[in-house]
Amino acid sequence: MQVLDLIVRDSVAVSATATRLVLAASDASVLPAVLPGQFVEVRIDETPGVLLRRPISIHDCDAANGTLVLLVQRVGKGTAWLCNRRAGDVVNVVLPLGNGFSLPSTASGFRPLLVGGGVGVAPLLLLGKELTRRGAEPTFLLGARTEKDLLCLERFEQAARTLVSTENGGAGEKGLVTQHSVLEKERFDHIYTCGPLPMMKAVARLAREKDITCEASLENRMACGLGACLCCVEDTVDGNVCVCKEGPVFSIDRLKW
Amino acid sequence: MKPIRIGNLEFRNPVLTASGTFGYGTEYADFVDFNRLGGIIVKGTTLNAREGNPYPRMAETPSGMLNAVGLQNKGVAHFADVIYPSICDLPTNVIVNVSGSTIDDYVAVAERIDTLEKIPAIELNISCPNVKQGGMAFGVTPDGAASVVRAVRAAYHKTLIVKLSPNVTDIVQIARAVEEAGADSVSLINTLLGMAIDAEKRRPILSTVTGGLSGPAVKPVALRMVWQVAHAVHIPVIGLGGIMSGTDAIEFLLAGAKAVQVGTANFVDPAVTMHIVDEMEDYLRRHGMTEWEEVIIDN
Repeated sequence: MQVLDLIVRDSVAVSATATRLVLAASDASVLPAVLPGQFVEVRIDETPGVLLRRPISIHDCDAANGTLVLLVQRVGKGTAWLCNRRAGDVVNVVLPLGNGFSLPSTASGFRPLLVGGGVGVAPLLLLGKELTRRGAEPTFLLGARTEKDLLCLERFEQAARTLVSTENGGAGEKGLVTQHSVLEKERFDHIYTCGPLPMMKAVARLAREKDITCEASLENRMACGLGACLCCVEDTVDGNVCVCKEGPVFSIDRLKW
Repeated sequence: MKPIRIGNLEFRNPVLTASGTFGYGTEYADFVDFNRLGGIIVKGTTLNAREGNPYPRMAETPSGMLNAVGLQNKGVAHFADVIYPSICDLPTNVIVNVSGSTIDDYVAVAERIDTLEKIPAIELNISCPNVKQGGMAFGVTPDGAASVVRAVRAAYHKTLIVKLSPNVTDIVQIARAVEEAGADSVSLINTLLGMAIDAEKRRPILSTVTGGLSGPAVKPVALRMVWQVAHAVHIPVIGLGGIMSGTDAIEFLLAGAKAVQVGTANFVDPAVTMHIVDEMEDYLRRHGMTEWEEVIIDN
């Protein structure tokens, strides 16, 4: 883990409230290797009232070019500050943090479903790319309120097969991701999920019904990101554990959902 | 530079890390050179394992944060058997924060820590709920504070630091009582009791409703209390509360503290203690000082 100043190379609004930020290291070699599902803690500077870093999952990474991509939803002052960064600005991050999603060593024939909702789709892109690289056949199932809230859809489509659910029916199937017809038609080997808590809980329920192993990426409110402050704990079958250090990705078998 | 002495302890510089903000030190190994730290005060340790309070335990507030972790730890036996062997050879003073809810608990934990050769001191946390006093904290009355310190003093033979609560009418009275009862040093301030409410959800943010405020927001209160206590007791004072920079730390020394602890700042910058030491050394150079004590004596 290290503290790094990264330079904003590109900042593009991808919806009314979300921004895709490309951050570059001064030299590609200083950017540490990151795993899908890991996150960074971003220092929010110059913002009155914001003291703590903001945990943001890693959306994409290009080790050769030394770039890291974050997908940021404007929720409060901290994320608003981050969305307002422009090319050339410096962003201070601590990385890489957390455990990341499990990856099969031999992925040939492995058919996982990657279920994302809202800005929770962010870490699934890097995961899907890595699964494809390892020979797996991942399917993205992405949910949003309307077609306008689907973030960076074309990048997912380029990475792997992509299915969509929108609550208004503006794109893909109408309804929630857990109501998508693919869940009835096809059998998946494993489910990865990240998104709003009610969505992840519904996905976990579905996985249990279908007896499919499942991992969820949590976003409990954090301070240190290092497992020191014990603020972001999740009540698991092993007691209170730090989401930042033992997670953010948990097998649903460990969760009390 | 000459080391700073507190009780039987020697610190290479005045910068320590505050309990609960630095884990057991190892969490920060990637960011900190322990050879450049005065000491680390590890997480609050109780007799038996504690799960702590339910999530949510933290709320960010203007220039600060509230926490209600509730002393989550695996108990003193786990500390002694599992954690101690992995941290006892860190090249800095490793001090254990001792917490409890009864005098017997405090004494039992202190006695166990006393047997750990490489732990040269404990910091007694006397701002925890005390069931024997109907929910009041030991640390909020001079008699309550003195009774714990006296009992632990009788059982513990190394340097005894007592961490004071700011949630009192007159912290000077508590500090004097603790000194009288045999403490080698006092550290202050612990967190200030506060509350945060989510207006949209119309409910408190913390599961416990109230929690402890820390961060830059509390620094002026901490400085005032350190100044008051340092001028009222003869034992060394360790100052903490909202230190984010070397200048902040120097301010505490000028208020009368002999050393400082850095807490919440570790969450903002995991390498902050290194920057603070750099900035303090630079301050000494700029002011033509060669020893840490000169900052304090000048006061």
